[in-house]
Order: sequence, then C-alpha cells, then structure tokens
Amino acid sequence: MKKITSWGKYPLIDANVNAPSTSKSLMNKKQTGIARGLGRSYGDSALSENIIISEEMNHFISFDDETGLLSCEAGVSLDNILTSFVPKGWFLSVTPGTKFVTVGGAIASDVHGKNHHVEGSFSDHVTSLTLIVNDQELKCSRDENPDLFHATCGGMGLTGIITEATFKLKPITSAYINQKVVKAKNLETALELFEQYKDVTYSVAWIDCLSTGDNLGRSLLMLGEHADKGELTTHKDGLLNMPCDMPSFLLNKYTIQAFNSAYYNKQLKAEVNNTIHYDPFFYPLDGINNWNRMYGGNGFTQYQFVIPKKAGKEGLTEILKAIAESKQGSFLSVLKVFGEGNKNNLSFPMEGYTLALDFKLNDKLFALLDRLDIIVRKYEGRLYLSKDVRMSEEMFKAGYPQWEEFQTLRKEYGADELYHSLQSKRIGL
Amino acid sequence: MQNIIIIGATSAMAKEVAKLYAIEKANLYLIARDTPKLDTIKQDLTIRGANTVHTAPFDANQFNSHQTLIEQAFNTLGRVDVLLVAHGSLPNQELCQTDSMKAIEELNTNGVSVISILTHAATKMEQQKTGNITVITSVAGDRGRQSNYVYGAAKGMVSIFLQGLAQRLSKSGVHVLDIKPGFVDTPMTAEFDKGALWAKPEKVAQIIKKRISKKSSFSYTPAFWFVIMTIIKFVPKFIFDKVKL
Ligand SMILES: Cc1cc2nc3c(=O)[nH]c(=O)nc-3n(C[C@H](O)[C@H](O)[C@H](O)COP(=O)(O)OP(=O)(O)OC[C@H]3O[C@@H](n4cnc5c(N)ncnc54)[C@H](O)[C@@H]3O)c2cc1C
Ligand SMILES: NC(=O)c1ccc[n+]([C@@H]2O[C@H](COP(=O)([O-])OP(=O)(O)OC[C@H]3O[C@@H](n4cnc5c(N)ncnc54)[C@H](OP(=O)(O)O)[C@@H]3O)[C@@H](O)[C@H]2O)c1
Repeated sequence: MKKITSWGKYPLIDANVNAPSTSKSLMNKKQTGIARGLGRSYGDSALSENIIISEEMNHFISFDDETGLLSCEAGVSLDNILTSFVPKGWFLSVTPGTKFVTVGGAIASDVHGKNHHVEGSFSDHVTSLTLIVNDQELKCSRDENPDLFHATCGGMGLTGIITEATFKLKPITSAYINQKVVKAKNLETALELFEQYKDVTYSVAWIDCLSTGDNLGRSLLMLGEHADKGELTTHKDGLLNMPCDMPSFLLNKYTIQAFNSAYYNKQLKAEVNNTIHYDPFFYPLDGINNWNRMYGGNGFTQYQFVIPKKAGKEGLTEILKAIAESKQGSFLSVLKVFGEGNKNNLSFPMEGYTLALDFKLNDKLFALLDRLDIIVRKYEGRLYLSKDVRMSEEMFKAGYPQWEEFQTLRKEYGADELYHSLQSKRIGL
Repeated sequence: MQNIIIIGATSAMAKEVAKLYAIEKANLYLIARDTPKLDTIKQDLTIRGANTVHTAPFDANQFNSHQTLIEQAFNTLGRVDVLLVAHGSLPNQELCQTDSMKAIEELNTNGVSVISILTHAATKMEQQKTGNITVITSVAGDRGRQSNYVYGAAKGMVSIFLQGLAQRLSKSGVHVLDIKPGFVDTPMTAEFDKGALWAKPEKVAQIIKKRISKKSSFSYTPAFWFVIMTIIKFVPKFIFDKVKL
C-alpha cells in the first residue's frame, strides 16, 4: 500500500501500485484497477485501490523521419518527446499546458492545446494504439476495432490499459514561437479578437475573473505561430522548486485580486509582438516544479467547462458574474475557443468556449461549483473529466450523452468489471 | 564518438545514463539479464540517436561467463571510453538472517560478481591506458545498519575494492569512479513511500555523466548524501544501537 494523490492533492488515498517495466511484460496478465501516467490530472480520475503506473513503460519503438510517425510505449512523457525530437526538427501536434504528462494520459483524456480550433485534440493525430482489455491485447485504430478506438481516446482509462501508441509529430524549423499579446478591455472585445484571429494556429486568453462591470472579462489574448528562424534548442530543467506547501492563508481574495490586476496592467501597450522559446509559450508553469504546493496543504481543484458557441457571450457573462460575486477568486483562469469536436465517446472539446479556473479547496467552494454546474447545464455544456473531483452523476450524464454507448462497449469487453477509478464510480460508470 | 559498455543495462539508473550517451551518438554495448527488455531498450536508444547498440545476455552469478563477455565487448568496440557496472538487488534482510544460502547469493550478486567483472575489465583498461570504470555501489556500504547490512556489506566490499583499483589504475591514466547513491526512485525501491530525500534516476544519471567527464572522484549522489553519511558514520555506537535505521 502506498499513499497516492494527483495534481490537485485531493483526495490522498492508499493504493496498491504496480509499475510494469515494459509494455510487453503486461501481455497475458489480467489487470484490475486504473491506469495512471504522471498524475497530472487534477482530481480522482487516476485513483483507485489498484493502480497500474506506466512510468517505466517509457521506451520509443520506431520513428519514421519522412512522415513524422512516432511509435512509443504509453508511459513516454511529452517532455521526453520534446527533448529527443525538437533537435531533429519535430514538435508535438497537440500539447496541453504542461509537458509532464504521458502519451497514455494524453490519449485517455484526449487533451487539447492552444491550437484546438485548427488542429483538433491529441487523439486526432493518433493513428493507432495498443490496448490491454481483460486478457487480450488489441490493436485499435479508425479501421481496426474502431469502436474501441473511439471509446479509448478520451475514455479516462476505463476501457483498459493503453500500452503503446503511434501518432504524428509536426515538422518545425525553429524551437521559437512568434508571439502576439493583445489586451482586451472586456469579454466582448476578447471574443471579437478570437474571431478576428481565428486563423492563427495558437490562441488562448488569460482572463481576470475578479473584474466586474464594464471590465467584466478583461483579458490578455496570446497568439502564436512557429517561427521559421531560430535554433532547434530544447528546454532546460525546471530551475525553481516550490519546496513545501505554502501556508494556505497566503492565497486569499486580496492577494489574488492584486495578482490579477498586476498581470493585466503589466502590459501597457495594447499589443506586443515578440519571439519566445516554445517552453515559456506552452508551459509557463513548468518552470516551477511542484507549483501546486502554492495552494497549501488542503489542495485545490480546477473547474473547466465548455459551452456551445450559441451560448456564447451570454453564457460566459452569467458564469463570470457568478464567480466575481462569490469573491472566491481564481488565480489562473484561461479562456479558449474550441473548434469542432470529434467522434470519441467521452472527449471533452466541442465547438464553443471553454474556461478553466483554479480554486483552492475550502468549505464554501463546492456550493459555488454546484451553482456554476446549473448554469453550464442550462447552456448544454459539460465539465472536463480530467480536472474534475466532484461532479455528480447527473451532471456527467447530461453533459456526455454518449455515455450509454460507452458503457455498453465496456460491458461487451468485460472492461466495466475490471477498470474503474474513484471518479468513474462517482459518475455512475 | 564515445564507446560505452553498460553491465546491468536494464537498471533504471543505467538506462538513463545510456540515454544521455545515445543523444551524443555513442556506440553502446549493453549487457543484461532480461533479454526482451534489453531489446526494447535497444530500439529506444537507437531512436534517441545511438550510433550502434550491441546487446549481450548475462547473469551476474555465472562467474565463469564474465571473462568472455568482457573480451567480446572490448573486441567489438575497440577502444572503451566508459564501463559502467550497475546491476544489483536489494535483498530481504530478514530472510538473509535465517537463510545463509540467500545471504551468500546476495553477497555474490552485489559484491563478488562485480569484483569478478572488474578483474577482467581492469586488465583491459590498463592495457588501453585510457578510459573510465564507474560502478554504482551505495551509501549503504558506509556503515552497517540492522535494516540492510548484508547488502551494505557487499556494497562496502566493492567500494573498498574500488579504492585500491583507482590507485592502481591511476598509474595508467584510467579513471575509476565509485558512485554511491542515496535513495533513488526506481523499480528496486518501488515499495517505499517517497519523501524529500528521494532522487529521480534521470537526475542521478546526469550527475554520473558529469562526474565521468570531469574525472571526478566524488561518490555521494546527489551530493547532499555526503553530509547525511558523515553524520551517520560518526554517531557513537551507544546512540546508534538505540535508533531504528
Ligand atoms: C499545469 C497543467 C496544465 C494542464 N493543461 C492542460 C491543457 O491545456 N489541456 C488539457 O487537455 N489538459 C491539461 N491538463 C491536464 C492533463 O493534460 C491531463 O490530465 C493528462 O491526462 C495528464 O496526463 P498524465 O500522464 O499525468 O495522466 P494521469 O493524470 O496519471 O491520468 C489521467 C487519466 O488518463 C488515464 N490514463 C493514464 N495513462 C493511461 C494508460 N496508459 N492507459 C489508459 N488510461 C490511462 C488515467 O486512468 C486517468 O483517467 C493540464 C494539467 C496540468 C497539471
Ligand atoms: N534505487 C536505490 O535507491 C539505490 C540506492 C543505492 C544504490 N542503488 C544501486 O543502484 C544500482 C542500480 O539499481 P536501480 O536502482 O536502477 O534498480 P533496478 O532498476 O531494479 O536495477 C537493478 C538491475 O540489476 C539487475 N540484476 C539484479 N540481479 C541480477 C543478476 N543476478 N544478474 C544480472 N542482473 C541482475 C536487474 O536486472 P533485471 O532487469 O533482469 O531484473 C536490474 O537491471 C544497483 O546496483 C543498486 O544496488 C540503488
């Protein structure tokens, strides 16, 4: 038994942990519990009484330098892919806001990045994967076992253990990004800017959730394209470390308000253009190891929802108002426009707007999040499973209408008996 | 281009060292017990950039195979720049206290087998008049503790052997490095709860590679273990006997 928790540091549980050393060593051995990568999901998706950690299954299998197709074991981290392939002129087709996730975790959460509106999510670039279900090892792709492929991508480990995957890297000629940062005085301007720059590959907005009135939703929009000049240098190790939990009273509505204000006002000009390395552009927080300790010992959560485009400004305004009124400030809030979703049963992205907000855990928080759930449901939106630690079964089933299809398939393969997380039990899977 | 032999190449620490040399396009000669895993590692290192990767199977406790293994590796590579010995096993101490055969087996795996390999390799290195021999021992070899003194005895034996070997080979320009890790998060220690003193194998590998290239003779890895072990070594016996370590 080992103590184990994920990125939000809540809950902390005791679990039996098994760390197979190669994907081959799992063959013909029935596993039960839940697969886990680097534990960068925030809540309880990768927690169960039995955990199969992929960390040691971290080998590259093959690479085609004509097409950029990489095959590797599921425990390979995106960090590792970058250090090995950026010098050769290749980059990840899709990357989340941290490079410390595994390929298995990126597929199981079907992660999205700043380029979702033009290039889709991680699994859209996956051509095939190997899955252990029950005692079978199955190759899955859009042609072979397609139903299992679409259930596994975004399936949160509930269809079995992904052991290997093949996916496309994208060619680059520089490790640098040409960045443009534009100030938006309120939500309306921010959404207009997203529309204006919809052809730019990377876009995301940092949004100040505590500003109200005319300033509601004031933001900094960050846009980027791969530069064509500059060396193919990889990132360095994180230099700073958060050595222990910060006393949790240090983060309160005053400090957060001050931070958000300072961040917005840091940039005086309406627009700034510069060239920066991919590391600070995609992974601004990776420079501080264990930054999650900033939220103190009680842990924290991220509330990330998406609402359809038609709900647009009205829906976002209603939610931002509810948050600003609650004064339960969020330190880091990120707004992004998603392009169309894909065919996977439980993938999070759908065409619309997504907002991600960090909250320190306290007694009042869940009541606020329940109120936000009602608004998200009203606009036919849903919550991201990979960030969630508290959504109800009802909320899940309303947001993910394909859950029934997913569950039927799990039953067909006997996966429902074998693979479950604390989250899957809570949401009725 | 560097030529590297790694014994116990499936060890988590050794694997990370191999990756660092693969990026620099080295020729690697990997020797290990688990051949399917060795094949997986070979593929991986090739993609990472290794110029060539040779593999050979080996069981540490088949002493009579050592000479041929070492000769084949040296013959294949020609000049050897680094020989890293990394294999080891963490015994069940309680079992070793009641079963002397088990204790002997562990002493062989962690101690005698290493000395056997080094005996063959040292001669080769001495003839080359250049190169490095690095062995992963342990801080456990610094002072016997009730929780793992059989392992500690084997590692300590190797450390003493290395002191003498380093002195001997310094005359022929061969660098000998004894690496004594503290706690490292690898399959060997999968059962332990990890705290602030634990290092990742990637980190340990970087330290090892740096010390090899600088011809350092500093053993503690990471370096703060020097402080911890200095204290542990100097705790008087009457206090030491009362603590549970
Ligand atoms: C700072 C930060 C920024 C982030 N930014 C983004 C972002 O921009 N976009 C985004 O989409 N996400 C983002 N995330 C979330 C993160 O990308 C996902 O939670 C990702 O799944 C974590 O990968 P992991 O390897 O740590 O998996 P874990 O957290 O260990 O597991 C996550 C899920 O994947 C499953 N899983 C893991 N490995 C396997 C496997 N081998 N087989 C089957 N199932 C498996 C688990 O069962 C679990 O359900 C961010 C997280 C952090 C901490
Ligand atoms: N982890 C720590 O905290 C720590 C601390 C101090 C020192 N060390 C030392 O560091 C070295 C590397 O260990 P690690 O932590 O990287 O653990 P590891 O991944 O478990 O590696 C141990 C290696 O030794 C091999 N081995 C064991 N018995 C063998 C035998 N009879 N014949 C051939 N090979 C054998 C294993 O081979 P298989 O793959 O076939 O099992 C494995 O490759 C070891 O010498 C260990 O004693 C470790």
